[in-house]
Amino acid sequence: MKILENIIRNTKPKFEKGGKYEKWLPVYESFETFFFVPAHTTKQGSHVRDAIDLKRSMMMVIIALLPALLFGMWNVGSLYYMSIGETHSLLETFWFGFLKVLPLIIVSYGVGLGVEFIFVFLRGHEINEGFLVSGMLIPMIVPIDVPLWMLAVATAFAVLIGKEAFGGTGMNIVNPALLARAFLFFAYPAHMSGNKVWIHGISNGTQLVDGFSGETILGQKINGISHAYSGFVDNQLSTFDLLVGNYAGSVGETSVIAIAIGAIILLYTGIASFRIMFSVFAGGFLMASLLNAVAPAGNILMNTPALEHMFIGGFAFGAVFMATDPVTAAQTGKGKWIYGFLIGAFAIIIRCLNPAYPEGMMLAILFMNVFSPLIDHVVIQSNIKKRLCRAKVSQLNK
Amino acid sequence: MSKVYKLRKGLTIPLKGEAERIVHQLPLPKTVAIKPTDFIGVVPKLVVKEGDTVLAGDVLFIDKNNQSIQFTSPVSGVVQTILRGERRKLLEVVVAVDSEISYKKFEIPTDITNREAIIDFMLQSGVWPFVKQRPFNCIAKPTDIPKAIHVSAFDTAPLAPDYPFVISEYKELFQKGLQILNALTPGKLHLNILEENRTLHPFDECCGDVQKNYFSGIHPAGNVGVQIHHIDPINKGDVVWTLNPQDVVIIARLFEKGIFDAHKTIAVTGNLQKPHYVKTILGAAVNDCFEEQIVENQRIISGNVLTGTNVGYKGYIGFYDSQITVIPEGNKPEFMGWIAPGFEKFSLSRTFFSWLQIGKKYTIDTNLHGGERAFVFTGVYEKVLPMDIYPMQLLKAIIVNDIDKMEQLGIYEVVEEDFALCEFVCPSKIEIQSIIRQGLTVIQKEFS
Repeated sequence: MKILENIIRNTKPKFEKGGKYEKWLPVYESFETFFFVPAHTTKQGSHVRDAIDLKRSMMMVIIALLPALLFGMWNVGSLYYMSIGETHSLLETFWFGFLKVLPLIIVSYGVGLGVEFIFVFLRGHEINEGFLVSGMLIPMIVPIDVPLWMLAVATAFAVLIGKEAFGGTGMNIVNPALLARAFLFFAYPAHMSGNKVWIHGISNGTQLVDGFSGETILGQKINGISHAYSGFVDNQLSTFDLLVGNYAGSVGETSVIAIAIGAIILLYTGIASFRIMFSVFAGGFLMASLLNAVAPAGNILMNTPALEHMFIGGFAFGAVFMATDPVTAAQTGKGKWIYGFLIGAFAIIIRCLNPAYPEGMMLAILFMNVFSPLIDHVVIQSNIKKRLCRAKVSQLNK
Repeated sequence: MSKVYKLRKGLTIPLKGEAERIVHQLPLPKTVAIKPTDFIGVVPKLVVKEGDTVLAGDVLFIDKNNQSIQFTSPVSGVVQTILRGERRKLLEVVVAVDSEISYKKFEIPTDITNREAIIDFMLQSGVWPFVKQRPFNCIAKPTDIPKAIHVSAFDTAPLAPDYPFVISEYKELFQKGLQILNALTPGKLHLNILEENRTLHPFDECCGDVQKNYFSGIHPAGNVGVQIHHIDPINKGDVVWTLNPQDVVIIARLFEKGIFDAHKTIAVTGNLQKPHYVKTILGAAVNDCFEEQIVENQRIISGNVLTGTNVGYKGYIGFYDSQITVIPEGNKPEFMGWIAPGFEKFSLSRTFFSWLQIGKKYTIDTNLHGGERAFVFTGVYEKVLPMDIYPMQLLKAIIVNDIDKMEQLGIYEVVEEDFALCEFVCPSKIEIQSIIRQGLTVIQKEFS
């Protein structure tokens, strides 16, 4: 540590004003602050500050994502071995998945941080920590077999158009990670849906065991199978199996238990908003119950029990990690309730009533991201009206 | 009727070094200074020059924009230095103190219910600057008629002095002061008391037709601005006056004896061997208040850690301050601080393992703990601001200089200190208090 501190102390002058590499200072500082929380002290205002900063907060989100990510890695291996009819030890299964997921993570971080660094250089500010989370989210919400170049294009698009065009972390309108997914979904639909992409190897023509099908549960329901199964039609899933999440889906979205661990970390540390998380589930549950009540016989999606809707697809993952993104969510307390509730409700509506998009969560969140300023506006107007009204009353009393 | 206001939001920063309830009588300080920078918006015009002899109560400087407001010396002695800063800005008027204070005699008005007479007397003697106004937190304009006067009889800021303890010795003076001030407003004089202090000595049998309000809650419940917001919020065009309890005592002494006797009790707190109270005089040199050696690399703050001023070892206690806080400087880098477990770090969030140690007190240094970023997290400020105000939206209105929005979102109801905790908890390390002041300055200019 001392050595590192000395290296930094000795090389810093080269990057400071008048130094040889003056232009690289923001990039240099980004690395420096990675190793050391800087020795900056308060200059004005409050003399002491809370120990938390954005880096710490973002790291907490990444820690909260780890259970879902690790489970996802195991799940990738497990489904692959299931599809070729082999059984392997837990460690081998995990290792296989790890090797498949790692390239996605590397590409996502490599491309995203690359774009960020270009902007650090252009704008001359320190790197923003926001992408640390987005970069981890992107590989977790795509199918395992998405081609890496597509992932790279989508990530670059999301960071450039979704974030930097608006001014960087804190200024963006829609969630960059979801934008990357939406880009893939609309630009390369064949690689984002169907029964070939969710399990490694099928798209390259790996020899499958007879009867194996690689569809997600939502895909199965659209194809007319009411009871969720994993891999083989007779391998039916109980509610508990749905919570565990050993079935096809995007890398990190399947295990409700792993996501719940993440949710607890986020809520307990105070990073994510309970209002949003809770109201997404409330909105989704109520809307699903409503659709249950009016569903015509034979419509499998509308007849799916409300609770099952919460467990399948990307609903839980979106509610916990995507809807709660503080930058793109509603910012007022009341607004957060409304925002979350509508996300849940819209996600289920899109799922059940629009057969073209079996996964409504992504679109519902993106849609509400765009509308959240409007929700806030309404909430704030009511505060403003209250204040105006009070001022008028006091004028009258004078 | 008195009412109890329960405030649920806020934060107690668990700092080590609360003052023990022992009052040390200090000898007179060697030097005393009045700092024009303590007064918001005052443009000082000097009346004395270096080498002049002054009595306690003699004018040192006046406000150019409002010439009836005078700033007088709290001690007798010789004007030692007139310290100027950049662009000859007047920073300090330092007076070398005589061995014993001789006071200038003022003639006590015969009728202490006559508003004009009281104000005149207060202006002449130099106690007027103790009266501050909301909005803006500047010195009150003698020509204004305030809708109400508020005195907060408790301070909830970190390590703040316990006012009931400090005041109890001067109970009669305090109550007399309140009664005099009550004549200044056609409205009410509100004495805002902490619910737990309800029955304490200084407040029982108090004080004629003073309106007593009771508050329960943690910081910033003791901020007079937060109290006004709950009792009778400020609308555009309203003026409310506020005073500190110790300053009420000084004003009462003036009316009792006809002299500007600015003795007050100061809590010396923070990273010290024995934090305690000292009795000294307004504007005393801080190093006279320490009976021990201050080791290097400490920051000496006049006031509390949230809103105080860094005065340094050679500085002076601020005009409105009743507290000195010493905290270590945090100018050391920390290896991988963003992932370290952090048992020694205090945070409102539970992102450090320090949340395991409930009730632990911390020595918090001045490290910023990160770099400045854009607004990212939401709902954090709201946790520590017990007011019906949208803090982030108000800050953004100020940043884009939108005066209408600022008014609509309640800029008249706030001053910097109410947002100090927001600044403390801000994960983006935004300098919120200076943004609020920037907004207030814009508004003040616009309507003056």
